[in-house]
Amino acid sequence: MLTSSLLFIPSLHDFLFSLLPPGLAKGAEMVLVGIIYLTIFAVAGLFLVLLERKVAARFQLRLGPNRVGYGGSMQTLADALKLLSKELTGTVRADKFLFNLAPYFVIITALMALAVLPFSQSMQVFDINIGLFFLIALSSVGVIGILLAGWGSNNKYAMIGAMRSGVQTISYELSVGLSLVTMVLLAGSLQLSQIVEVQKSGWLIVQGHIPALIAFMIFMIAGTAETNRAPFDLVEAESELGAGFHTEYSGMKFAYFFLAEFINMFIIAAIAVIVFFGAWLSPFGITESLPWLGVFWFLGKTFLVVLLMMWFRWTFPRLRVDQLLTLEWKYLLPLNLANLVLMAVTVWLNLTIQF
Amino acid sequence: MEKLLFYTFALLIIGFAVASVSSRNMLRSVVYLLFVLIGIAGVYFMADYYFLAAVQLAVYAGGIIVLIIFSVLLVHHIEMELEVAKLSRRLLVGATCLLGLGVFLGTIYTHPFVEASTTAPTTVEAIGLLLLSYEAGGFILPFEVISILLLAAMIGAITIAKGGGPVAEESKTPAPRTEEVPLVATARQAEPAPAPVLDAPELVAP
Repeated sequence: MLTSSLLFIPSLHDFLFSLLPPGLAKGAEMVLVGIIYLTIFAVAGLFLVLLERKVAARFQLRLGPNRVGYGGSMQTLADALKLLSKELTGTVRADKFLFNLAPYFVIITALMALAVLPFSQSMQVFDINIGLFFLIALSSVGVIGILLAGWGSNNKYAMIGAMRSGVQTISYELSVGLSLVTMVLLAGSLQLSQIVEVQKSGWLIVQGHIPALIAFMIFMIAGTAETNRAPFDLVEAESELGAGFHTEYSGMKFAYFFLAEFINMFIIAAIAVIVFFGAWLSPFGITESLPWLGVFWFLGKTFLVVLLMMWFRWTFPRLRVDQLLTLEWKYLLPLNLANLVLMAVTVWLNLTIQF
Repeated sequence: MEKLLFYTFALLIIGFAVASVSSRNMLRSVVYLLFVLIGIAGVYFMADYYFLAAVQLAVYAGGIIVLIIFSVLLVHHIEMELEVAKLSRRLLVGATCLLGLGVFLGTIYTHPFVEASTTAPTTVEAIGLLLLSYEAGGFILPFEVISILLLAAMIGAITIAKGGGPVAEESKTPAPRTEEVPLVATARQAEPAPAPVLDAPELVAP
């Protein structure tokens, strides 16, 4: 429901409704929420890029960006400004309409996914009763942007990158969905706020112990593949395909793809936190009396999972296409189905751990 | 507000449906079709039927459209354009569409619509229970029939992917090998003979 739009800042909500007629106030609220989420999108994206570069540098025994701002903290902002001022180039005989449309697909699906995430008890714009399913659905729409980018560029490398992406996403979507379904079995709801509510008696990864742990591992592998990050970055394998599907993009359009990739990583980490680690709940309820700390718990846990994904990236070598498909269809999928049955038995026999 | 949204969606759906049929670029028509499907999902969201909306997004937009795009990517080139059909065919299609539209509009305007008594959105639980209930009004029979159909489709896909059996495979695999071997051989022969001679002094020199 869109009714809880600005309730995370109650004073502003009351102020708007006292100043304007209800219809107009609601419209103003929607615009404000949109702006707030766009800001979150941009800031989180830029911060994640910086974090990635710093983490990568540490893994390779370098310093990483360290010139702009304190310890290089303004580096990605400077990069974004540079990208804004760059010329937008295109290929001859490219499909201009699809070429320009593709980045927006990727961006808009990422933004829509942000809207359903419960950042804290009150900071959730769109709490629908099928929240988790909605997230899965959106992740499958996002790949269309990549496919269109590859096609619209009229470039062989971009095309091959896009096709690889299609294969990869269609395959790994299955694992993401099934591992989440396993957890839904335990939580008993698809509504994200409800899933968080269930975890007040222990995070789901503790409640579900063995099957939950397996589901978490499968989710992390499949989630990394969904975001096209290393070791699953065949889509933009630089040694084979140039830059993959965004070879022909420049300036801000390239930045859109780049930011969306990082936001997607954030979203996958956030889903993992919501479903396995209790979202905005503090461990053992230590800050239960201070609900405004929820945002920090949520972001803290999410960044830990993000760090885990970055660790993957700088540790494992890239897979070949056949290895990628073998991993999904011959190992993850059967494991996932068996795990689903195991979870069902666990829930059925009441073998869950609850505090 | 709701009315305005509905008419926006309706216009979008109709506009993109027409664009999808009339576009001469194959992938563009697929994208217009995608917009039509997303518009329909929007209408479901407006009706508070979130589950169906998400299914619409996941199955049609995320599944079927991705597969269609994928097949277009495989068989079509960006510079190709679809040919325009003959005038007689276009007229025939137009007449059929008008007939279909007439049937639809006739049904819609004669059907007595009753306002829904509940405003609560349908929960997934209710759908699931009804889907597996074998009492009156349950959907267990169609559910089972569909699962058998899907199983048959899956087995069919595997059979097609496996090919025509071991005999056909054996006759296929040696063929490229026999072609490859002479190619490699000629390539080696074609290599300039003095190359090793040139390399040799370099190896000796240090």
